Amino acid sequence: MNIFDIIGPVMIGPSSSHTAGAARIGYVARKILAQEPVEAEIGLAGSFAQTYKGHGTDRALIAGILGMRPDDERLPRSLELAKEQGLRFSFHTVQLPKCHPNTAVIKLTGKEGAVAQVEGASVGGGNILITRLNGMESAFTGQCDTLIIPHRDTPGVIATVTQALALYKVNIGNFKLTRPIKGDMAIMTIELDGQLDSGVVELLKKQPNVAGVVYLRAN
Amino acid sequence: MRIAYDSIAELARLAASETMTIGQLVLEEQAEQLGRTKEQLLAVLDEDLTVMEQAARRGGRKDVHSHSGLTGGDGWRMSQYAQAGQTLSGPLAASAMAIAISVAEYNAAMGRIVASPTAGSCGILPGAVLVMMEQRGTSRQQACEALAAAGGIGLVLAQQASIAGAEGGCQAECGSAAAMAAAALVELNGGTPEMAANAAAMAIKNQLGLVCDPVAGLVEVPCIKRNAGGVMCALCAADMALAGIRSVIPVDEVVGAMREVGESLPCSLRETAQGGLAATPTGQALARKIFGAD
Repeated sequence: MNIFDIIGPVMIGPSSSHTAGAARIGYVARKILAQEPVEAEIGLAGSFAQTYKGHGTDRALIAGILGMRPDDERLPRSLELAKEQGLRFSFHTVQLPKCHPNTAVIKLTGKEGAVAQVEGASVGGGNILITRLNGMESAFTGQCDTLIIPHRDTPGVIATVTQALALYKVNIGNFKLTRPIKGDMAIMTIELDGQLDSGVVELLKKQPNVAGVVYLRAN
Repeated sequence: MRIAYDSIAELARLAASETMTIGQLVLEEQAEQLGRTKEQLLAVLDEDLTVMEQAARRGGRKDVHSHSGLTGGDGWRMSQYAQAGQTLSGPLAASAMAIAISVAEYNAAMGRIVASPTAGSCGILPGAVLVMMEQRGTSRQQACEALAAAGGIGLVLAQQASIAGAEGGCQAECGSAAAMAAAALVELNGGTPEMAANAAAMAIKNQLGLVCDPVAGLVEVPCIKRNAGGVMCALCAADMALAGIRSVIPVDEVVGAMREVGESLPCSLRETAQGGLAATPTGQALARKIFGAD
């Protein structure tokens, strides 16, 4: 924690957890999709489901999906902007046993047909925890720069990725691998100290068995 | 230099031994921790100050209202009243309240604000700091240093108690903001670090036990008026400290009491909209009106 966690963040009101946190979850979903979204199906659980309209949680989630940060002054008009930009959206209530009360499940479909599903919780003070990515368990906060790398579970993929990071002298603060089935698709989530230049991301994308690279800058 | 931010008394003692204000000490230490210069931190705080000024101005318009329609326009009303010059609490306090209400109403209307420490309590610190700039010639640099002092106090409160209404009730949000603002006011008025610590203690003591009971679960009723109450509490505590009044219970013990009181609050009074004002007949009727029959 530092003073800017106390004096800050700068955000669109009214609620750090229901508005700023929601915008961040939407933003992560957009980044994971990595193309222009044309459809968003959003499931809301717990307190999000009960009070989303009054807190502008719906507007915040859509704003994030449109690529806005929590302090973007266009956030209150995001539902109208989504319609203008051809993004269809719907909200429904979901029951998720044992989830954090402020949880959203976002399914996005992109212009070129990609689909991304992100489950995240707004855990207070505008901070978030992404709990699932495309059906696989996850756990990252977006407070540090984060690499999300879907890949085929084969020997050497992790070594290739970490070697590339070592080459560019980027330290790994946290590493998580999610693998539902051995030898199938898996996701690496790597939290970094410091920032990457675009050269590393391009290099990582070219590696064998790497299906994609999402680089999430800390906010 | 490394500060653990686990004691307000220690923060004041360190500042005094370095012949600095708490704000200057926090800036020095945080610059070191974050690997940036003090000037860079001041520049970020200056941007925050600008957001606060914009929020006070925009939220002070007559036609500001929230999406629920529950709140808006009271910042304008308070400001008109303050300018008419017949207030009971004096021009400085009345203007501080007008700023606090305006910023909090702007937050409810989905305006851009600085959470300080939270969105629900975002009017209190601007109320204190901006009114000093407006009426007492406080410079931007001094205002930014006061924000840093408030940040330092807030860091201790976040770690030793709580700054979330869902955990510690409204005392954790508006109470913390009032303590932060009280310390900032003391430093802006030339008080010692020890006085700032005493002001923080007295502000918390006067908000201890305040419950979080938002009508319909929204950051509007009673949150906005509690921002006005919070800045008055900060002014009261700062004036007492500047007069030389000390908190009988040492500041860190007061913080401990805030944590203990927060933990013992029932769930219905910690942001669940199930108790207090939210559970009144009118509170429930408003919730039904906003969210439908359920």
